[in-house]
Amino acid sequence: MAGSDTPRQDDIPVDASATGDQPAGAADVPAVNSVSGDEGVGSAGPDRAVDPTAQDARTPAVTVRGTAAPSIRDVRLKIRRFLPEQDAEPHWETYTVPTEQGDRLLDAIHWVKWNIDGSLTFRRSCAHGVCGSDAMRVNGVNRLACKVLTKDLGDEVLLEPIKGLPVLKDLVVDMEPFFEAYRSVKPFLLPSPHEPTKERLQSAKDRERFDDTTKCILCAACTTSCPVYWSDDAYFGPAAIVNAHRFIFDSRDEGGEERLEILNTKEGVWRCRTTFNCTDACPRGIEVTKAIQEVKRALIFRRF
Amino acid sequence: MATPIEIHKFDTVVVGAGGAGMRAALEAGQRSHTAVLTKLYPTRSHTGAAQGGMCAALANVEEDNWEWHTFDTVKGGDYLVDQDAAEVMCKEAIDAVLDLEKMGLPFSRTPQGRIDQRRFGGHTRDHGKAAVRRSCYAADRTGHMILQTLYQQCTKHEIEFFNEFYVLDLVLAEGAVAGVVAYELATGTLHVFQAKAVVFATGGFGKMYKVSSNAHTLTGDGPGIIWRKGLPLEDMEFFQFHPTGIWKMGILLSEAARGEGGILRNKDGERFMERYAPTIKDLAPRDMVSRAIYTEIRQGRGCGPAGDHVYLDLTHLPPEQLDAKLPDITEFARTYLGIEPYDDPIPIQPTAHYAMGGIPTDLLGRVLASTDTVVPGLYAAGECACVSVHGANRLGTNSLLDINVFGKRSGIAAAEYAASAPMPELPPDPAAYVENMLTRLLDNAGGESVAAIRRDLQETMDVNAMVYRTEATLKQAEVDIATLKERYARAGVMDKGRRYNTDLLEAVELGFLLDLAQVLVIGARARNESRGGHFREDYPNRDDVNFLRHTMAYRMGGTEPASPTTEVRLDYKPVTMTRYEPTERKY
Repeated sequence: MAGSDTPRQDDIPVDASATGDQPAGAADVPAVNSVSGDEGVGSAGPDRAVDPTAQDARTPAVTVRGTAAPSIRDVRLKIRRFLPEQDAEPHWETYTVPTEQGDRLLDAIHWVKWNIDGSLTFRRSCAHGVCGSDAMRVNGVNRLACKVLTKDLGDEVLLEPIKGLPVLKDLVVDMEPFFEAYRSVKPFLLPSPHEPTKERLQSAKDRERFDDTTKCILCAACTTSCPVYWSDDAYFGPAAIVNAHRFIFDSRDEGGEERLEILNTKEGVWRCRTTFNCTDACPRGIEVTKAIQEVKRALIFRRF
Repeated sequence: MATPIEIHKFDTVVVGAGGAGMRAALEAGQRSHTAVLTKLYPTRSHTGAAQGGMCAALANVEEDNWEWHTFDTVKGGDYLVDQDAAEVMCKEAIDAVLDLEKMGLPFSRTPQGRIDQRRFGGHTRDHGKAAVRRSCYAADRTGHMILQTLYQQCTKHEIEFFNEFYVLDLVLAEGAVAGVVAYELATGTLHVFQAKAVVFATGGFGKMYKVSSNAHTLTGDGPGIIWRKGLPLEDMEFFQFHPTGIWKMGILLSEAARGEGGILRNKDGERFMERYAPTIKDLAPRDMVSRAIYTEIRQGRGCGPAGDHVYLDLTHLPPEQLDAKLPDITEFARTYLGIEPYDDPIPIQPTAHYAMGGIPTDLLGRVLASTDTVVPGLYAAGECACVSVHGANRLGTNSLLDINVFGKRSGIAAAEYAASAPMPELPPDPAAYVENMLTRLLDNAGGESVAAIRRDLQETMDVNAMVYRTEATLKQAEVDIATLKERYARAGVMDKGRRYNTDLLEAVELGFLLDLAQVLVIGARARNESRGGHFREDYPNRDDVNFLRHTMAYRMGGTEPASPTTEVRLDYKPVTMTRYEPTERKY
């Protein structure tokens, strides 16, 4: 954010600022929205008027501090709002937000909450894609708001809560059904009772076997992108299967058969229709559909 | 506000579900009737953002022993570390790692199938002779794996969680623990948890700074509550600035990047750390590297148009190594900067990272009421606590170690205390303080915005109380904070509802940040020396004659949240020395 308190009214061409790489032109765009209007108590705050990517990373500094202009453009956030204490039905509201080149979508949503409407409600914590709090539907697909940059989105962005879980307020959904499915696959190591005094050995190859599914942050982006889950909330959903996979294929675990039986039910892996929505939605880059297929194959051949 | 109040009864209540909280809960939950109260879902905690590893002298890949680790911890902390505590931590580190492996943590492995280890800042062989491979890791997501593994074990042991319950007050009766008061985010209901023992594991408060690696939710709730109770806080002026945050954003790029061979360069392409730490260079402790970066910037050797950052260069490392060992941080560079780390160096700057100070505890996690007394039934562990194992500067990886060792110790101690103590009586109207606080924020007509006050706080802390400090800048910060507290008294919230009122939550969090910022700045102003993460340009040398001692800060007056009339009284506590005499710190 430019640190300003009011939405900027001016309409400036978005040209290169929307595409992401425009070192040369940066200094030519007039600084429409002065960052010095910020009445911070500390007088000499770091200059925000410099674009982190506007300078060739290998080129030493040549520009005098403060001369590079920010690349600012307006983004319209169209947010599906629902305040249960006031609204019978959800409705859409649109907010115009000034954004800078490096801004995350989460920054833009915060800007609305901090400058326009404090009642706008969403979950967030780490703000860099590792805690899994801020999964939401962004232009119809599931994304973490802190892992999408506004420069990569259009001028209007549609924001909705993730689908398939009860909406409690605005972008906040009830996560309990999701965690219930997670808990039901026994997502913990079931080792042999003979514990070594030091660590269990595991070859690098065996460790690699389940590496992909250890990355899961339980954000629910995959499960709530799944059309099967939308229509049948008894289905375990991709995230629970991913977390079963993480143990089934761990050479130190002895609970594989047990977990496979749990997943070999009407609401288990066989509901998956391989639409790949989950793989596309995963902010950690996990090959979710592949993991589900591996669990199916393990069920058929009883080998894992 | 006529808030409905529910009463619960537990032997042990753990506040916070990061690494320290869940490690404590695993022990307490198997020994006593235990509840975990957390303002976030458990796997959202910031332990998950820790990257590089957890040190323990396993000696899996080269010679090592826990005494060397202890020495490094003491020296790294610029001799403000309590040496008995460091010994406990480094000795128990080995079992702490093996415990995690047995719980299922997927460590990266050596070709022989053992837990692999890598180099990390300030960790050395034989008292500083060379860097040593001591950090046990799982790629650059060690904290994520610890958090997931501990949550998996809590699931296995059916630990009872109260998710999105925000603890806002500690209930004491006759100087001992009687419980906590929590605000349920989903409904706005207040809950009183009557308990024999309480473990605080609420994390840090890095959100008082603008450029910060910390999550939005790291607002010092635990230390803030302790402070308002009139209990002391220790060594609050010691705050760590991690050298390699993504420029302007502050997102952490692990020290493991330098452990794997990454190099810091100035605008001339020079490996400048060779001048500051000739032996271990880029792997010097964080306080020294952060100062070196700012020195380069101040002397005109910074990069970029404003000369306000330096580069972390990974381009000489094979892409396969980056993919295997540093997959997350290289992705951060791609996602947030559009930079390909195979080909281009990454612009970085120091970022507010970790509080060395906090709630003073003894080796069992028992919270101190003064230099030599404890609060019966009260425990603290992790970043919110100060044992003190980190002294004036924490070594990389020792935070993940701290949460495991002292989380476990405090969980056991709390449950054992609860087993022998009677259930305390609740005082009349135990939620009154919290009710008043929330009512005031909800009813305030406003005029002052929480977001604006927070932004101004972060601004003054970045400018005046960061890596370089002087009497004048700290005085300025103190004056600014006083003004901000007056504005806070007039701050209101826009959301007046009960359900998921995160507007109200942010207002409460800001109150804690303002209180703690005042303690930090006043402690820093009084410490006329430079030690570890606290560097005073007007007193550039360490002064062991006058300041080889812990600061103990006490609240005087002003019981309201972020009260403008609160004053800080400073007292001091001796450092526990066992075998290491302070010497000049060189690397």
